[in-house]
Amino acid sequence: MVRLEAVGLRYDRPGDRPRPGTPRSGTQVLHSLSFELPGGAFRWLLGASGAGKTSLLRLLYLAVRPTSGLLSILDTEVTTARRHVLPQLRRRIGVVFQDFRLLPHLSAYDNVALPLRITGRPEGQIRADVSEMLRWVGLAGQFDAPPAALSGGEQQRVAIARAVIARPSLLLADEPTGNLDDSQAERLMHLFKELNRLGTTVVVATHNEPLVARHPAPVLRLEHGRLVKADLAW
Amino acid sequence: MIRPRRTRLLRPPGFDELGLRRAISDRMLPFLVAAMGFLAALALSGWVGAAALASSWQAGAASALTVQVPQPTDPAAPGGTRVARVLATLRATPYVADAHPLSETELAQLLRPWLGAAANGPAIPLPAVIAVRLADSSADIDALARQLDALAPGTMTEQHAGWMRRLGVLARSLQACAGLILLLVASVAVTVVMVATRAGLAARREAIEIVHGLGATDGYIAGRFAVRATLLAVVGGGLGALAALPVLLTLANLATPLSGADPRASLPADFLTALPARLWLALPGLPLAAAAIGCMTAQVTVRRWLRRLP
Repeated sequence: MVRLEAVGLRYDRPGDRPRPGTPRSGTQVLHSLSFELPGGAFRWLLGASGAGKTSLLRLLYLAVRPTSGLLSILDTEVTTARRHVLPQLRRRIGVVFQDFRLLPHLSAYDNVALPLRITGRPEGQIRADVSEMLRWVGLAGQFDAPPAALSGGEQQRVAIARAVIARPSLLLADEPTGNLDDSQAERLMHLFKELNRLGTTVVVATHNEPLVARHPAPVLRLEHGRLVKADLAW
Repeated sequence: MIRPRRTRLLRPPGFDELGLRRAISDRMLPFLVAAMGFLAALALSGWVGAAALASSWQAGAASALTVQVPQPTDPAAPGGTRVARVLATLRATPYVADAHPLSETELAQLLRPWLGAAANGPAIPLPAVIAVRLADSSADIDALARQLDALAPGTMTEQHAGWMRRLGVLARSLQACAGLILLLVASVAVTVVMVATRAGLAARREAIEIVHGLGATDGYIAGRFAVRATLLAVVGGGLGALAALPVLLTLANLATPLSGADPRASLPADFLTALPARLWLALPGLPLAAAAIGCMTAQVTVRRWLRRLP
């Protein structure tokens, strides 16, 4: 499903264009990560700010490719895959961003419909799926509202709806409960668990220790870009 | 409030996920493309005009000859007038197909641009002018010229081929200039679209990254830009061609006397024939060419830019 073998990530300094074959300059943010997530796994991704959680998620949702090691996602070798293969892979990965990353000029409906429209799904089917999804996250009355007209929690729910609308095989969430109150956070956890139960592999990065305590699951803990804990015994 | 939505089977028209309607302005790009279209229309008409002049000048010019006989009515040595002798000799020459002395009216018409009404009864003595058409344009004209000069001293034989060739070179150079201008205008148009596309890419970087992250292919994203650029370019090209039309009609009207047509023909009456057919075909081609330039340039620019994303 997801397999990392000695994966390292180094960000280029802005403006740097290293020639192929020459060592890259810049900051090494992840060091030799190795772990495996079987299909249908649920993992908490924990660690202090700056430990590399977001960088690891960026690797997993293919926003960057590793600078060393081997990374395999959904049984595709990302390190060596041709660039034109990646869009198909990204469509099978849902991401909930810390800062939502909604398109400000689109309505809630169009934001959630976007992943389906990109895949060229018929509009009639999109309408049914998106309406149902928005109702499910409690935004039935906000179809036409642009993100700016929604509260932080509502934007978060739009972002979650967009992440799961295409029924991804891998769901990644970066601080998804940051803008939610406890009851909304619980509701979200139930959604994640429900998707997980249906076979979606889920990785949730969070600082919310009480939430982790309430929903015990295996933990990936990062410190200074290194994996210090990958316990699987839960 | 839930807005009732029509059942749509395709992606909704005007679904602008990248916000390009604001990122690529509908003012600047069409205006600049219109300016390019206007210049291209002028260059095109230059091209067509030069081609038409060259072909009308060259038609028969290579085998044409003008013979001027001063004091035409004076008696010649072997008897008869000088012009009659020259004419008889010309007609007897095997490679002369036709020798036609211009009548006084024809001569007056020829001179009217220079002499005005005075051309009808000029006070100065005019030579007789004989228009000669050769059956064989490679014939030795110098020998004929010497023979005619001996017959009626002062007779001048002028072959058109020489200066026609020079006019032909001139016309071809004009055509080449027009072609060069067209190329230049096209490359400026490419640059304009490229700059507008790059500005759009910079303004919508975040939206592009989001859409890219959701699994949009390079083709999908480049297509969104190409649709926008094509639309604006086609509008610009159309406006440019339309703006050039009155200018071209005026120029064509001014050029009418040169092509031998009646200059007093009113403009609206022969609106369609005022411009050469080739130009009528080329003008609608301008928005199409602008569309092609807009589409291709946006595609290439965006695809090259997208290579920076994984």
